[in-house]
Amino acid sequence: MAVLEKPVAAPRARPREQSPFARIAGDFAQSPVAIAGLVVIVVIILLAVTASLIAPQNPYDLAQLDIMDGRLPPGSSSADGLTFWLGTDDQGRDMLSGILYGLRISLIVGAGSALVAGLVGTSLGLTAAYAGGRVEAAIMRLVDLQLSFPAILVALMILAALGKGVVNVMLALVIVEWASYARTARGAALAERAREYIEAAECLALPKWRVVFRHLLPNCLPPLIVIGTIQVARAIALEATLSFLGLGVPITEPSLGLLIANGYQYMLSGKYWISFYPGIALLVTIMAINLVGDQLRDVLNPRLQR
Amino acid sequence: MLLWFLRRLLQAMFVMLAMSLIVFIGLHAIGNPVDILISPEADQAERARIITQLGFDKPLWQQYAYFLQGALHGDLGRSFVFNEPALQLILQRMPATLELAVTAVLLSVLVGLPLGLFAGLYPNSFAGRAVMAGSILGFSLPGFWVGLMLIMVFAVSLGWLPSSGRGTTAALFGVQWSFLTRDGLAHLVLPALNLSLFNISLVLRLARAGVRETMPLDYIRFARAKGLSPTRVVFVHVLRNILIPVVTVVGLELGSTIAFSVVTESVFAWPGMGKLIIDSINVLDRPVIVAYLMIVVVMFVTINLVVDLLYTALDPRVRLGGRA
Amino acid sequence: MRFKGVAIGSLLMAAVPVAASNALAQNVTVAVGAAVGSIDPHYYTLTPNTSLDANVFERLVETDAQARPMPGLATSWKLVDDRTWELKLRDASFHDGTPFTAEDVAYTIARVPTVVNSPGSFAIYTRPITGVEIVDAHTIRLSTANVYPLLPTDLAQLFIIPHKLGANPTTEDFNSGKNAIGTGPYRFVSYKPGDRIELERNDGYWGTKPAWQHITYRMITNDAARTAAMLSGDVAMIDQVPTADIARLRADKGVSLWETVSLRIIYLALDQGRDGPTPFVTGPNGEILAKNPLKDLRVRQALSIAINRPAIVQRVMEGAAIPSAQFLPPGSFSYVPGLVPPPTDIAKAKALLAAAGFPNGLKITLHGSNDRYLNDAKIVQAIGQMWTRIGVQTAVETQPWSSYAGHATKLEYSVFLQGWSISSGEASNPLRALVATFDAAKGRGTVNRGRYSNPALDSLIDKAVSTADDGAREALLIQATRMAMDDVAIIPLHNQKNTWATRAGFTYVPRADEETRAYDLRPAN
Repeated sequence: MAVLEKPVAAPRARPREQSPFARIAGDFAQSPVAIAGLVVIVVIILLAVTASLIAPQNPYDLAQLDIMDGRLPPGSSSADGLTFWLGTDDQGRDMLSGILYGLRISLIVGAGSALVAGLVGTSLGLTAAYAGGRVEAAIMRLVDLQLSFPAILVALMILAALGKGVVNVMLALVIVEWASYARTARGAALAERAREYIEAAECLALPKWRVVFRHLLPNCLPPLIVIGTIQVARAIALEATLSFLGLGVPITEPSLGLLIANGYQYMLSGKYWISFYPGIALLVTIMAINLVGDQLRDVLNPRLQR
Repeated sequence: MLLWFLRRLLQAMFVMLAMSLIVFIGLHAIGNPVDILISPEADQAERARIITQLGFDKPLWQQYAYFLQGALHGDLGRSFVFNEPALQLILQRMPATLELAVTAVLLSVLVGLPLGLFAGLYPNSFAGRAVMAGSILGFSLPGFWVGLMLIMVFAVSLGWLPSSGRGTTAALFGVQWSFLTRDGLAHLVLPALNLSLFNISLVLRLARAGVRETMPLDYIRFARAKGLSPTRVVFVHVLRNILIPVVTVVGLELGSTIAFSVVTESVFAWPGMGKLIIDSINVLDRPVIVAYLMIVVVMFVTINLVVDLLYTALDPRVRLGGRA
Repeated sequence: MRFKGVAIGSLLMAAVPVAASNALAQNVTVAVGAAVGSIDPHYYTLTPNTSLDANVFERLVETDAQARPMPGLATSWKLVDDRTWELKLRDASFHDGTPFTAEDVAYTIARVPTVVNSPGSFAIYTRPITGVEIVDAHTIRLSTANVYPLLPTDLAQLFIIPHKLGANPTTEDFNSGKNAIGTGPYRFVSYKPGDRIELERNDGYWGTKPAWQHITYRMITNDAARTAAMLSGDVAMIDQVPTADIARLRADKGVSLWETVSLRIIYLALDQGRDGPTPFVTGPNGEILAKNPLKDLRVRQALSIAINRPAIVQRVMEGAAIPSAQFLPPGSFSYVPGLVPPPTDIAKAKALLAAAGFPNGLKITLHGSNDRYLNDAKIVQAIGQMWTRIGVQTAVETQPWSSYAGHATKLEYSVFLQGWSISSGEASNPLRALVATFDAAKGRGTVNRGRYSNPALDSLIDKAVSTADDGAREALLIQATRMAMDDVAIIPLHNQKNTWATRAGFTYVPRADEETRAYDLRPAN
């Protein structure tokens, strides 16, 4: 994920008449579904960025909320004439506004933590596989250590040490997630390391970093991108789970996940809208990210014939 | 090989030591267990007595030293909440979690692998695309939400399956298991499904990616050119090649599934270790948390060991010990 | 307290007809929302534990559904002199057939302080007892160092175990069932930690015959899962019905709801210990204030009358609470008649703030837990809304109890949500614990985390707890409660309601003390 811009130098890559970027764009555009996904992502990002302009209410401002408007079904109106198209949550927060603002937080948290975790994890995983020996042992045991650590405990420790906040939640997610990338990157790299082209590159006495990042990495990318696109989704869902456990973002600044977690307790009582609409928003976002991710993975895969 | 094995063992001990140290410091940072555990009715004198009795008046390093001393003798301490040895508490609940996790992982391979093969072999068919799109459902919705939906549909509305709990168990090797009785199995279905949804998607996607990547390779083309039946090509040649990432991930996920089935266990009131750990974290029951994490570390180290061994078995290109 | 020791104890239960002989209905599953941690009745003073224990063991003094003392294993008790209580014991026998005698009482009182590693010892209830004298098999005398009118209340916390368990019975042996021998209506069969406890009817029970042959006591801690178990018919009864589901269950013809006002008060604590700046209250632009504004009565009053308690009860608690202006719910011993919540008055609150020197309001961070009390995180958000309307810009921060409790104990917060369950059912307990001056030597102000201090109030409380006469003591407690509330020592919000749901065809006696007892579950006729 981190290296989307340089997917070059694989042995069986086709002749380079065009710039790699143009090639990728061209290949990407072959799938209408992926284009649709991309459009949806752009729209979602636009909505998230302009949330404060288009949302009927600022859902983070307690002064604009009134519990007397709480749990109203979609289409109801408040005392001062505001229509809640998607209903309200228990605090009288307009769900539509909450979703628009929540999208922003969820995207930042999900994509941000997955990106950082991906960078850190992949680098460490590749290093482990390529360097071997003590370095590998140290890194992989660190992975074991991290994988054994429950997300909730990590989040609780960070909460205790640094307090509540969106950045702290991201930090917790990065700490929880980097290990899966490292494990996968190492697994893929171990298989690749033994291949002829790596040996060839080594015979040419190329610098080590060059072998790792220009030769090893591109060939390890497909499983990493699978993990990566899934991890964005997983990060958002994990943030929701942390919110469910009371460890997520601040309650007065709900993310999509927190909105869903809040609505959870109303599911059995028929007030579906409190968790249903944020759920739909989350689903659409993640669907779009994955459609784009799937196509990118195919496009970037040096061994895949199209 | 033996040397490699011994080295791994030594490393594992270091990891356990590091883990226990992190937990001690981390829990100390979160809060004082006495503030959470102590009865609100207790007065200051009683509070001081309990602090002394549980050893919280000592500096942290001393508490840690006591713990290490006990740990060397196989004593990981007694739970503050249950007043039973922490290790025993965890082992008591392990079978429930094991059977849930193994069922979930089995489900994810049994469902995910064939669907992934299919989607990889026919990537442009409608069904292939539908499978891929459907798999997104598996990991985009938070587990607690899906869990409750499953309960609402299958237990409350349709009444086909029980809503929660472990049901009737039967003994095998002196341990109680649910999967041996009809009632137990019925109780197992929903939580296992809930827990496996993410892994189904993951296995499915990995399998598909693997197939897509393997099919154009020379040896597959050669095999096809040789006139081998497509079934044989797929099930022998392709499958073998895509198993590596699948094995890695399934191995890893078995570990995390066992360790952190926290949410599923709490939504389905499944009396396993996941539920124990979350309850223990909530009250900072340190002996249980430490003991639990030690067990999980051992488990992860073992799983990784097995995964590494499987690598060599499945892919002769991988050499263990490497250039060390 | 007012009770003079007449044996009208089982009146409540006796009114309910004996179980139907339907064999199928003999097995009943009850789901509770809090996990039972130990079967040992003296290990941990935690409601989920005592709730289960109350099915198996019995106390000398029991409490009725409204937490008033009534005869248990003791049929009567009286003061023989200032400091000595004499109790007459009931003819009852333990589940293994051995008769219950005074020796078991003495044994229990001796055992309680010896339980090791207990994070919440029952020793706080035996400590006042300085002497035990067995008069005969069915008479025992307990003496105290000082005049101690609350002894019967303390005895209402102690489960009696048989003396034949011998020296140092272990908690493990209780959990395995070996030691789990009581006199209660149900016998202990087995315990699967985190899952269930199985109970059988005690056919030799001295009171009204228990209704069910077999009870499965399941632990379903997830709220939604518990409601789902009720809706799907997997269980006959659940406790701690989530407030969000009350409306739906009430509308369901197959379900009956049973509720009562509990002894749990939810309130805001206010930092009054610091004279200088308090960490989470600043001027309207974030400027640090030289003096702690919460020390000003007018500020505390303004914060209190800005809160629309009925709105919180109605919208946030969905009716599962009553608005409160004091510790106890109406009908309790030492409830202050006429002390009701002030009407919400935004104009007056603003005026009070202005008079206190804050015409432009204040900036406050309100802290709360998010997994401890019913809807705690929602309550603080709602209060945040209400305070914003009087010009107090309120930020809300919530944390899990595991992290929150430590911060609150270390007095790091300025304004924060707390709850208190009044186990004794009368006002001396919250007065001493919540608003009396913090004093380790005297064991006062143990959870006074706002460090409110009022010497006049302290002496009034001291006087009340050493007054043996019930009437005089109640008058003093009422006077003390009024004094604390007039001074806004804390801001009471509401008393929670406890709610149980049963399938139709059952009756249940809801208890103010939150205990879930299978004995009180009966078939409806």
